[in-house]
Formats: sequence, structure tokens, C-alpha cells
Amino acid sequence: MATITRPPRQHRGARPVADSHDFPTRRYDLVKEFVIALAVMALLTTVLAAVFSSPDENAITMRSWAAADPDDVVATATGELAGTTTSATYGAPYNHASEGQTLLGIPLQKWGGARIPVDSQDLVLQPLAGVSGDPAVTKALAAWKGASATQQAAWSAAYADALAKAGGDPAKVANGDFGPVPGMTAEFLALARSGGLEGTLTASGNFYGGDQTRSVLLLSDGAYLEDRAVAQQLGGDQWGMMNETGNYPGQPWMWLYTFWYQVKPFSTSANADAQVWGLMMVLTLGLLFLPFIPGLRSIPRWVPVHRLIWRDYYRSHPRE
Amino acid sequence: MSAAPQVSPAETGGSWTAWLRSKITGLVPAGQALPDRQPAYVASWIYVFGVLTLAALVVVIGSGLALAVGGSAWWHTSSLGHFVNSMHLWSVELFFAVMVIHLWGKFWMAAWRGKRGLTWMTGVVAFVASIGTAFTGYLSQSNFDSQWISAEAKDGINSIGVGAWFNVLNPGQMLLWHVVLLPLVVGVIAVWHVVLVRRHGVVPPLDAGPPERSGG
Repeated sequence: MATITRPPRQHRGARPVADSHDFPTRRYDLVKEFVIALAVMALLTTVLAAVFSSPDENAITMRSWAAADPDDVVATATGELAGTTTSATYGAPYNHASEGQTLLGIPLQKWGGARIPVDSQDLVLQPLAGVSGDPAVTKALAAWKGASATQQAAWSAAYADALAKAGGDPAKVANGDFGPVPGMTAEFLALARSGGLEGTLTASGNFYGGDQTRSVLLLSDGAYLEDRAVAQQLGGDQWGMMNETGNYPGQPWMWLYTFWYQVKPFSTSANADAQVWGLMMVLTLGLLFLPFIPGLRSIPRWVPVHRLIWRDYYRSHPRE
Repeated sequence: MSAAPQVSPAETGGSWTAWLRSKITGLVPAGQALPDRQPAYVASWIYVFGVLTLAALVVVIGSGLALAVGGSAWWHTSSLGHFVNSMHLWSVELFFAVMVIHLWGKFWMAAWRGKRGLTWMTGVVAFVASIGTAFTGYLSQSNFDSQWISAEAKDGINSIGVGAWFNVLNPGQMLLWHVVLLPLVVGVIAVWHVVLVRRHGVVPPLDAGPPERSGG
């Protein structure tokens, strides 16, 4: 039986690619090229660093939040007690309060599980429980803990409504049945103002609080963080993910990821994050496997940029 | 030119050392690891951007190592630390700029031809891993940018169910990913990428005819 040797597969219209090692050569000093490149990059970096420096806007502290927007602290604390904040209603990985986002109907977020449990009420109750020597705090916490969940929800919801009607100012809230909520939120604000709130939510009381999950969740449940960001053109609908404070380039390589959030259907979708991630995964896989995708892999052949790159070669080797 | 012949452990008398040596020396054809000659068609400024990417990576790693010496909060309190941080930032910006030009150049060359598909793929993985490394750097700054970017980014990561394992609100975890895990990935992939480039050589021009073998 004769043996048939199959030639290497090439896509239509392409010549077999010759071994680069068989071509005529010329002198080329790779090490010299690298050393010069390194010197150029180091020099450019040094000049850019010296001229433009780098942004470093201080992190928002609980104290600075309380000083800049005390009403927001009270409203956020009330929302945490009522269970109406973003984190309280988030779903996985913090709680089971919602189904979370889906991708083509697949509940990836829910499947991830609530592996970082966050009780929104604890964001307020835990720091208050650490206050000693203040009978008002002790009494308010005892009243809160002694009440049913229904009563707690009724108090905090009523106070949240009353705050909204008063323009957010606790001093202008009309009388109502709010239980210990006004006292607790006022104490919470006082704790924040004193600096006593810093670090109380990190890693469940660990001295080395490297995990800021609960602190950032509390901060982002308020309006202050986002207001500051939007004022600096960093909002989600302002290409915020790829930018940073000041006039710095930020992360322009994330332009495509950020771009999808600016356009429909993603900009109006409740599942925008999952959809954008799904789309970017598909596009990344497309880039990864581009050499094997018919059509896409032929674009460089159709658009003659290569004639410019190899103009010397093509000049001396006219096409047949 | 072909790679050095590969041998099995049996052919080396059962010596694992000899087998590993043959694997390593066989990665790149003899004389091609650091050649002082290149194919004559390697004559364009676009070729410079590959080595510029490597050079920028060296500056990125060097400035990052200097920051590591001072610690994660050093750059907030020291003018020298802030300058080193600025060097780290701008070297990263330059790194991405030259890497993207390199990537586009290789695209227009269809540089995956001639069994170079894996070279292209390792380059893409290095690009994606670099994005992740830079992103964790922004989360590790311990300033307002870190707070805001992490608060925004958590929704994307959580939406696909991996937020508990890659918690952008945990700066301790992000810092370790930034200075250990992801640089390791980028470094290994970059070395692999360069070895593949040296193994297969620089891709010939599109539709280049058979080599003339006229010597250099």
C-alpha cells in the first residue's frame, strides 16, 4: 500500500511559510539593542516621573466622611439598620438578599455563593457595641436587641422616610415612632467624627486589619464616595474604571472594557457587569485564538500594512 | 535550521539530568539563543517595540522592587518614595504603550504563520496578565483611587461569581496578587514568549518565496 504524505495545512491563498533560519542574514546586535532600549525607557520614565509625578489623593476616612457630609453618615447608618442599602440587598458574595446578576440566564453570581458574609446591621451595631461608658448607647442597643425584627424594620424604615422628608437633616426630622434608631445613628455619627470608627470594621477586629471589605462596603453605601468620584469625572458612566484622579492617563488599556458600559444595551441593563465580562471574555478568546479563525487571520493579507513593514524586502523581491 | 535532537530518558541511560539538559538545549536551535545575525528582512522600526516592551518591563520590575523595599505606605510619606512611585506609574504607561504597538505590528505581519501560533498566544496571555497586574496595582495604592476603583470593580468581579476568591475590596490580598502571583505569571509567560521567538525565528514576509540561501 502506498503511503500518502499530506502536506502541511495552509489556508487558501497562502504559501507555505519558509524557515526563517534559511533566509539571507545581516548583522544584528540584540544585546546592544536591548541595552539602548533599556536606557531609553529608563530615561523616559525618569523624565515623565520628574515632570508629571503621580496622583495620590488621600483615602476617605470615616472621620473625614463625617466631617464633610454628616447627614450622609446618618442616612447610611439608618439604611444599614433598615436593610435597604446597596450592600444589604446585594446578594453573593455578601448575603442571600438577591439573586444577583445573570449571564444569558445563568446565575453565575449566585453560584459563587455568599462566601464573604456581611450583615449590614452589623456595620453599625458592631462599632456601637464597642463603645464603653456611654449609658445612652448601651440603652439604645438594648432597646434595639430587645425588639422583634419586624419592629426593628418598622423603626428604621420610618426614620429613613422621615430623614428623606427633612432633606436628610436629623435636626429637622418630625416626631415619630423611631425607637432607638435616631439615638443609635447619632452615636454612630459621633463615633465617626471622633475617629473611633477607623479600623473597627476591618477583618472582624483583627489587629492587622488588611481586609477592608466591610469598610468599603459601608463607605460605598453612602453617597459621599460616589459624589467625590463623579466630581472628578470618575463615575461609572464617565469612563471611571479606567481613569484616576487628576490629569493622569490612568488605565487606557481598559478602554474597551469601560466602553461597553457607556453604550446600550449595557448602559441600561440590570445585568451589565455580567454581560460586559462575558463579552470581554469572548473577545479575549477571539484575540487569543485569532491565528486559527478563518477570515480574521487573513485581514493582514488583505490590508497591505505589511508592504510598509517589509518594503525593502518587497522592493528587492517583487511579487510573482 | 532545526532544533537539537530530542532524546528520551531511556536514550540517556536513564539519566534525568541528561534528559533535562537535552530538553533545555533543544528549546532553541544552536546559535539562535543570542544570534549576532538576523534575516535580512528584519529591517523596520516596528521590530524595536518588542525589545522596548522587555526593557520597559525591566524598569517596571525595578521600580516595583524599590517600592517594595520601602513598604506599601512608604510612598505616601516620603518624597523619594513618591518619586519612585511616579517612576513605577510611568514605566507601566510606557510598557503598555510599546506593548500595544508591538501587538499591532505582529498582527499586521500575521506573525503567527509558520507554527508560530503559540508565540502569538503567549503574547496575548502576557498582555492580559499585565492588565490584571496593573489593575491590582491600582487597588493597592491605599488612597482615594483605590477606594473608588475597588468599589466600582467589585460589581464586575462579583457578577461572574469569583469575587470571593479575588476580593478587590481586600487590599492585602490584592497587594500580594500584585507583587507576587501576577508578576510571576507575566515573567514566566514573557520568558516563554521570548524562547518561542528565538526557537522559530522572526516570521518571514507574507508570501515570501523560498529562501535564496545566499548566505549573510
